[in-house]
Amino acid sequence: MSHGNMNLTLKVWKQKNKNEKGRFETIEAKGISPDMSFLEMFDVVNEKLINEGKEPIAFDHDCREGICGMCSMYINGQPHGPKQGVTTCQLHMRSFKDGDTIVVEPWRSAAFPVIKDLAVDRSSFDRIMAAGGFVSVNTGNVKDANNILIPKDDADTAFAAAACIGCGACVAACKNSSAMLFVSAKVSQFALLPQGQIEKQDRVLNMVRQMDEEGFGNCTNTGACEAECPKGISLENIARMNREYMGASFTQNK
Amino acid sequence: MASSTKLNSRIPEGVLENKWTKYRSTVHLVNPSNKRSLEVLVVGSGLAGASAAATLAEMGYKVKVFCFQDSPRRAHSIAAQGGVNAAKNYQNDGDSIYRLFYDTIKGGDYRSREANVHRLAEVSGNIIDQCVGQGVPFAREYGGTLSNRSFGGTQVQRTFYAAGQTGQQLLLGAYSALQRQVGMGAVTMLSRHEMLDIVNIDGKARGIIARDLVTGKLERHFGHAVLLCTGGYGNVFFLSTNAMGSNVTAAWKAHKKGAFFGNPCYTQIHPTCIPVSGDHQSKLTLMSESLRNDGRIWVPKKKDDNRKPTDIPEEERDYYLERRYPAFGNLVPRDVASRAAKERCDAGYGVGASKLAVYLDFTFNTERYGKIEAAKKNLHNPSKDEIMRLGKEVVKEKYGNLFDMYAQITGENPYETPMRIYPAVHYTMGGLWVDYNLMTTVPGLYALGEANFSDHGANRLGASALMQGLADGYFVIPYTIGDYLSEEIRTKAIPTDHPAFVEAEKNVQDNISKLLGIKGTKSVDHFHKKLGKIMWDKCGMARNKEGLTSAIEEIKQLRKEFWSDVRVLGDANEFNPELEKAARVADFLELGELMCIDALHRNESCGGHFREEFQTEEGEAMRDDANFSYVAAWEFKEESKFELHKEELKYENIKIAQRSYK
Repeated sequence: MSHGNMNLTLKVWKQKNKNEKGRFETIEAKGISPDMSFLEMFDVVNEKLINEGKEPIAFDHDCREGICGMCSMYINGQPHGPKQGVTTCQLHMRSFKDGDTIVVEPWRSAAFPVIKDLAVDRSSFDRIMAAGGFVSVNTGNVKDANNILIPKDDADTAFAAAACIGCGACVAACKNSSAMLFVSAKVSQFALLPQGQIEKQDRVLNMVRQMDEEGFGNCTNTGACEAECPKGISLENIARMNREYMGASFTQNK
Repeated sequence: MASSTKLNSRIPEGVLENKWTKYRSTVHLVNPSNKRSLEVLVVGSGLAGASAAATLAEMGYKVKVFCFQDSPRRAHSIAAQGGVNAAKNYQNDGDSIYRLFYDTIKGGDYRSREANVHRLAEVSGNIIDQCVGQGVPFAREYGGTLSNRSFGGTQVQRTFYAAGQTGQQLLLGAYSALQRQVGMGAVTMLSRHEMLDIVNIDGKARGIIARDLVTGKLERHFGHAVLLCTGGYGNVFFLSTNAMGSNVTAAWKAHKKGAFFGNPCYTQIHPTCIPVSGDHQSKLTLMSESLRNDGRIWVPKKKDDNRKPTDIPEEERDYYLERRYPAFGNLVPRDVASRAAKERCDAGYGVGASKLAVYLDFTFNTERYGKIEAAKKNLHNPSKDEIMRLGKEVVKEKYGNLFDMYAQITGENPYETPMRIYPAVHYTMGGLWVDYNLMTTVPGLYALGEANFSDHGANRLGASALMQGLADGYFVIPYTIGDYLSEEIRTKAIPTDHPAFVEAEKNVQDNISKLLGIKGTKSVDHFHKKLGKIMWDKCGMARNKEGLTSAIEEIKQLRKEFWSDVRVLGDANEFNPELEKAARVADFLELGELMCIDALHRNESCGGHFREEFQTEEGEAMRDDANFSYVAAWEFKEESKFELHKEELKYENIKIAQRSYK
């Protein structure tokens, strides 16, 4: 079935599992329409591979509307590809030219081991969240919502930080594989809200400790994370987390 | 009409307003030391699953959670855009628990249970309190209070929201609560695990068989109770607004093990989605219903009008919703708006290349907002450009992320030209039949959120799915599960070498081997797309006897082809997304048939179920309350054979009438 008239050459990372060595494979993508999303282009390629009796490319994806954070790949060396502010699933083929060669790889970080081909294990993020990414409030332990008044600017800034989708592009973009942008977005969200004040010291210390234990690197303020973040999470969050961390380290007496 | 003896809805006696309070205060409890030895399995980690798991763990139960995604935070609740309803009456516009209850029953076209819906309305306020307590950053006014907006099917502002990402923020709140319990060791989280069967022992649900999707290993898990929080089955249509992985497998396996399936034909086709652009399309993207607050829907008055929308003068536009339904206008419920769009397009007034689209236009309200802003800024005689610039800033603040998403997908700028939209499959009101406790017809097996059939009748109102998922998880199941578990405190954990576990695992293993062994010629997607087309054409926005009858035969034939010609590559003992897909599509191929059987048997039109033979002269849905005021609960007998059981719906507090939004 013909879809469009773009013909592309893909150089895709293939790796059977985390223990085996991976390599690039060259795969032709023919008859691609500019209206397809990058992942729909993969669908077409996979359909063809299956018809030829070859194993399709394994990749993570789910919502295909840029919000679940599941899709994760470098496209020509950039996390989520060339366009700013979009995830791979929302990148369309009109961003490429007929005849292009496109290199596709999984996230590269010691804390994100490859599962197969382009799919990686990001459970380290879940463990960081379990270490402190919450407000300790049991179900039913709350008062009427409008008893907590929050200045609109604070609520908006907290929301902007909370918009993080946990995809890991920040880690992938960082030459040190640092997870500072991810962690600081959650720390900031709660640091900006009255609900988060009670546990703010424990939270930042515990989340940073877990981040270090997972093997993420340090932050050297290159700003690559912010540039590649599909949700525009700001570097200011890292500055805020550093302040919170310093404050907590000096004053906490545990 | 009498209800089937096989269905006991367990609705408490008493006055509607007091039923839940009284029940909640008298339902059996489990003491803290016993809770520690009771294990609950939660399948799915969306709003319902995450909130239930976190709350049950807080109460002291041992909880295990399963999700097929790589993290519980990915569940498709994350994609809900518009908001969550609650009867807080913060806007002082006459809202109340009764009004939310009434709107929901009416919106559902009088096909849901009064007691369930009233309970939902009662706990709606607690949901907002809980989420704010967790640090969910809802939209706020300058005074620091929470902000609200309107949604379809209501005349009050009761929808709480976080830009166009409300589902994301609520899910991350529930996920935070869940991760807190994981960190405390109270919840064991099993990501990249898919439930492939239920294990029943002596007539009770006692565990599940799950596949570790990374290693392919099958695992047996025991639980004193099993909660299915696995979402809806809209992906039976292939194209829908659901995530690619959303599936019916857990619910369908439960159905085949004794859980009745309620109202499978009730499907919600959402009116405002980005139209299909080609046959490569893998999913459809919703544009939140909240856009209907400020967007006006129209088509040209002239057929095949190929002018640019901005070149078509005001008097040559047909604002058909405002014309047909002056009281609710662009905010009619989803089923009504979808059918009206289809009617205009079928009549030849559609727009865009495919002619299967209508315009959603923000010009009018952009200008209105611009004038308000100009007045605030004391600008006298502002130019039109100035007004539109100011107005666009307001629109951007309200809907920025949605406009960006639209521009990204279509390559058009919705600030300058109207959006093109068309209805798409979005939600399924049907699901596993549950009683007031949310328990299915299998003791110990529960269904929460979209996976059950319970609260939305034949049509769900906007911003009610988030409300129901969180109500079930935070505020209903933690109480109602006590009714069952209080009787289970003497049940010791059953070892998973029990013959029932062995047999269930073997069946799963055989099914996988069978799929891999066919080695046919066609991909899984090939079959899924074919099924989707049959469902959309014959069991979609409009249905009729002839179409449904032929759809049933076509699906049977397609299922036969699938089981003889599907090609699934790779092995069982590895990460194999094609194999996962194949197993899910196999279940959709059975569910699709039941949906058509249900749609065929229901000789009336109600909500999302529109039978062309049953409509008023004005083309509105025509219910048959005398014969169809019941929940259709289907019992699985054998392949293609289902037995119908009826649960009569009694309306004691609401006078049923033809729904009117005129």
